[in-house]
Amino acid sequence: MNRVVRIHDTIDDSDGVASPELDTVHGPILYLEDVTVSFDGFRALNLLSLYIDDGELRCIIGPNGAGKTTMMDVITGKTRPDQGTVFFGQTIDLLQLDEPAIAQAGIGRKFQKPSVFEQLNVFENLELAMHTDKRVWPTLFARLQPAQRESIAEVLETVGLTAQRRDRAGSLSHGQKQWLEIGMLLMQKPKLLLVDEPVAGMTHQETERTAELLLSLAGKHSVVVVEHDMEFVRSIARKVTVLHEGSVLTEGTMDEVQNHPRVIEVYLGA
Amino acid sequence: MDLANLVAQDRAGKVFLTVLTIAAVSISSLNLLVPESSALHLSTFTVTVAGKYLSYALLALAVDLVWGYCGILSLGHGAFFALGGYAMGMHMMRQIGERGVYGNALLPDFMVFLNWKELPWYWLGFDHFCFALLMVVLVPGALACLFGWLAFRSRVTGVYLSIITQALTYALMLAFFRNEMGFGGNNGLTDFKDILGCNLQKDGTRVAIFLLTALSLGVGYVASRFVVASKMGRVVTAIRDAESRTRFIGYQVEHFKLWIFVFSAVMAGIAGALYVPQVGIINPSEFSPLNSLELVIWVAVGGRGTLYGAVLGAVLVNYAKTVFTGVLPEVWLFALGGLFVSVTLFMPDGLVGLAQKWFRVWGLNLKQRSNA
Ligand SMILES: Nc1ncnc2c1ncn2[C@@H]1O[C@H](COP(=O)(O)OP(=O)(O)O)[C@@H](O)[C@H]1O
Ligand SMILES: [Mg+2]
Repeated sequence: MNRVVRIHDTIDDSDGVASPELDTVHGPILYLEDVTVSFDGFRALNLLSLYIDDGELRCIIGPNGAGKTTMMDVITGKTRPDQGTVFFGQTIDLLQLDEPAIAQAGIGRKFQKPSVFEQLNVFENLELAMHTDKRVWPTLFARLQPAQRESIAEVLETVGLTAQRRDRAGSLSHGQKQWLEIGMLLMQKPKLLLVDEPVAGMTHQETERTAELLLSLAGKHSVVVVEHDMEFVRSIARKVTVLHEGSVLTEGTMDEVQNHPRVIEVYLGA
Repeated sequence: MDLANLVAQDRAGKVFLTVLTIAAVSISSLNLLVPESSALHLSTFTVTVAGKYLSYALLALAVDLVWGYCGILSLGHGAFFALGGYAMGMHMMRQIGERGVYGNALLPDFMVFLNWKELPWYWLGFDHFCFALLMVVLVPGALACLFGWLAFRSRVTGVYLSIITQALTYALMLAFFRNEMGFGGNNGLTDFKDILGCNLQKDGTRVAIFLLTALSLGVGYVASRFVVASKMGRVVTAIRDAESRTRFIGYQVEHFKLWIFVFSAVMAGIAGALYVPQVGIINPSEFSPLNSLELVIWVAVGGRGTLYGAVLGAVLVNYAKTVFTGVLPEVWLFALGGLFVSVTLFMPDGLVGLAQKWFRVWGLNLKQRSNA
């Protein structure tokens, strides 16, 4: 598993790309307070409050429709909440930023449905995701630096797609696309990773490797994982948050959560 | 990226640039060097028609950039072409001077006819060639910038965007039809005499403009290739295939769309400026929504997202149009419509796509034979 651990070398922030100052001296890297989102009167998120600590690996579970994906939409700027506050560190008000600005501030997201650029090859997908100046003119004149090639090669190795680097992303298997998307996330060098159902459609072996990778990322990065697969959650989780009907039902270790009477009720539909 | 490298990596592009050079050189020498009595002589009329095709090809290149690569189906690119054409037309109009029917040194004939006493402010400066060139680039560029900024910022995409681009060119057509606008109304601008002191009726001038058009097409191709081969080209392709995903990895999608839209509009404007001195007239029908639809058909027929496909489509469809409208003018629009439907149904990647498929099959057969 050395391969997985090496990712730490790839992700460092000494690349001189300007992004808003992230201030986490008071602990949490992400604050959600009283966030409410309604779709035609239906409250997908209902006064949701959640804090993610710097360097934490947090799992979020909850039945279908609990609002997990909607929560990620709010954090990444896709959906504007009706009320509430969302802060990245102490100072960055995410509700003031649009999607690209949030991404450049250091929040990366892996989507529930694998979404890679199908017409581009694997290497190009990683190249586009790479943390760098993403404004128009610098992009027009960008040339890959040796160090950047190196970091793409490392991520290719980490996600096991080195042999497929010249293949069109659209031709990859479902599991490979999931990995490519994780690779793209790594290329972004985010401070906070939001990962929506990463192991859906993966084989047992792939699932294990994903768990190792996510564990290796925690500490230096904050990771929020949404997952249905309880075995997977148990294998990585330190702290679990249960979401139900748009707000937090309970938080704790996996054992605490699984023995919580309300959680049993919600999951078993009793 | 240095240009030599860029061209070296683009095999089809090398073929295209070679063919373009050979065609340009041979067409102009067959006109200027071969005596008129010879069967090999090409008439100046033919040279001008070829020049017209090449300016269309430059326009098709512009459409391919926004549509083929960025997925913005603009059905109003004819407007930028026409604006570039009008800017050049205004310069040539002012060059006429006292040689007009009314012999007015300052005012073009149509203004005298309308009893205007002085030149409208927006005609000032057009007596200078350099100013006119600046406007050829600036006016389409500024309009594309304003329009694109409003449309892309509001995230208008797909069919809605196509419809408002049609509306844009239609509105401009109606405006330019009005005499009070001061662009010659439905007659437009015509009766040009010379450009940079060279008589427009002279063979030498015609051939020079033709060669300039060929050169512009070559430069336009290399510039477009530079854009699509750059990282920006890949970002733009990403936007075409998954716009919202591109936002989530940190690209300001609107800025990229706007950049490529403006770049493309400027190219279309230059194409229009090359077109007008060759056909000798620019009128509001160039803004007709139908024209902009035709451009898209050229690109679809040639094969979008390849650049040279757009050039091929523009030349072939326009050649067919010349032939058709000579023989059976009433049938042309039906033929064009039929062409579009059949390309969409049977040749989604256009002629270039078809050729690539054949080459693949052919290459495979060759390989199998050599294995046997
Ligand atoms: N764009 C939308 N329009 C209407 N309803 C939506 C939309 N997005 C999500 N919802 C609803 O909000 C609820 C929460 O959805 P989601 O966040 O996707 O749940 P989860 O990811 O936890 O399964 C669901 O009931 C879903 O139907
Ligand atoms: Mg979900």
